[in-house]
Amino acid sequence: MNVVMRDPQARSRATALAIALLLLWPMLQLSGFHPSALFEPGNLKVMGGFLAGFVPPAVSGDFLSLLLKATLETLAMATAGIALAFAIAAPLAFALTRALSVSRLGPGPGRWRARLLRPPLRVLLLVLRAVPEVVWALLLVRALGLGASAGVLALAITYGGMLGKVYAEILESADTRAARALLEAGSGRLAALGYGLLPGAAQELASYTVYRWECALRASVVMGFVGAGGLGQLMDQSTKMLNGGEACSILVTFLLLVLLADALSAGFRKLLA
Amino acid sequence: MNDSVSFDDHAQAAGPCMTCVAVSALIVLAVVASFAYLAIDVRALLSAPSLRLMAKFIGEFFPPDLSAPFVAKVAGGALQTLAVSALGTLLAALAGAVLALPASGRFGLAPRLAARALLNVLRSVPELVWAALMVLAAGLGPFAGALALALHTAGVLGRLFAETLENAPRDSERALRDAGGGAVTAFAYGCLPLVTAQSVAYVLYRWEMNIRMAAVLGFVGAGGLGQLLYFHLSIFQQAQASTVLLAMFVLVFAVDAFSSRLRRGLAPAYA
Repeated sequence: MNVVMRDPQARSRATALAIALLLLWPMLQLSGFHPSALFEPGNLKVMGGFLAGFVPPAVSGDFLSLLLKATLETLAMATAGIALAFAIAAPLAFALTRALSVSRLGPGPGRWRARLLRPPLRVLLLVLRAVPEVVWALLLVRALGLGASAGVLALAITYGGMLGKVYAEILESADTRAARALLEAGSGRLAALGYGLLPGAAQELASYTVYRWECALRASVVMGFVGAGGLGQLMDQSTKMLNGGEACSILVTFLLLVLLADALSAGFRKLLA
Repeated sequence: MNDSVSFDDHAQAAGPCMTCVAVSALIVLAVVASFAYLAIDVRALLSAPSLRLMAKFIGEFFPPDLSAPFVAKVAGGALQTLAVSALGTLLAALAGAVLALPASGRFGLAPRLAARALLNVLRSVPELVWAALMVLAAGLGPFAGALALALHTAGVLGRLFAETLENAPRDSERALRDAGGGAVTAFAYGCLPLVTAQSVAYVLYRWEMNIRMAAVLGFVGAGGLGQLLYFHLSIFQQAQASTVLLAMFVLVFAVDAFSSRLRRGLAPAYA
């Protein structure tokens, strides 16, 4: 028996491969792909010395008290940032959510106001969350000086935008019939929110806020690298001074903190469920 | 008599939920303590001189530097950011695929636990921290950024791939094995076709996130738009920095628009 093993898709596969290789080449050029750089004696020596310093981790009393301070600062930055973000997001979501839009019920007195007010608020929300928090932090550090306040404001801006968008969406995806009935019967928007929407949506809103707090904790470590205080700033200093022991302690603390935040937020959300 | 009975039968309003009160009090306390610990002087921030300084700082960003040579430089930076994100995602997909095989439990329990632990460590260190370390290992430049993205994303993709592998039905693979096919053949023809679509969707999704991340990684010296922004802000060239910020905006919006179009075609893969 003469079985011819032939791939029916051979041609299309070959074409796809050729195109991929053609694209890969300029990409590798642009991104400076030099794996050999990893094994250059200079780089190897720097990295080797740095990694060798990882054991033992730095546990001197001075450094530990510095580490504790930075950890507390990171926690406080995340908490304060989320609190400010909530203060930005809640009114924006209240103004924007379609679930509370009186003008959607029919022609009413507030229609023109809504048409004038909503689009700019939507754009504001978009601009707030379009720039990553690290970029805001970098800019704010220039404006406010090194320290935690730049980080807190950066978190408040980006997370305010994100929370506002998601709050509005959660309110819309909840059961809106009660709120609609209230609005149609002539109640105010605030009352419709409190009695018609929140009872159904509060749990999800709170749960999402807690999740964002967890993200904010991670982000505040990252923001430290541009000078916004906390563990990140400490880590930045240790890497720049090639102090492996300190970097190791900071990394371990950071991993523990992330685990703690995971557990705390899971516990919170279980409490809410 | 009847009246009073029916009165007693009325549902009683629930008392205040003690847990809720306690948790709310704790949250308020935590927020107040945070502001107190950070000692942010809100009044100083909002005072007239500080606001005037802020307005002046913002004013320096306008107008952005739109001269042709600088725009070309920024476009180069944007291309580099795209290339870094693509290379990082590609390397991550390869490493993730290699780690996903043991992590999905195909080689027994011990390799599974080891691979999972490794993936967890890779994943829990943020990209920017990896970048700071990779700048030491590979020198300043875009390659460090690509490596940093690859390390973090390998952790994420490895876990997602492993879960996809675990969830895929094993019937066809087992049938090929029973018919006498080798382990590799059975995997390649019995399992891979089932997991490819989902895995590609995951890779594209992470690539989208990595483009945004790659724009930022330059802050620690890993090339691309971020490095340009950091450089020009450091030497107080706000007009140039403003152009770079614009480019970041354009990049992020373009990626958003493109991915939401693409996603409509791939919708089930994101379920």
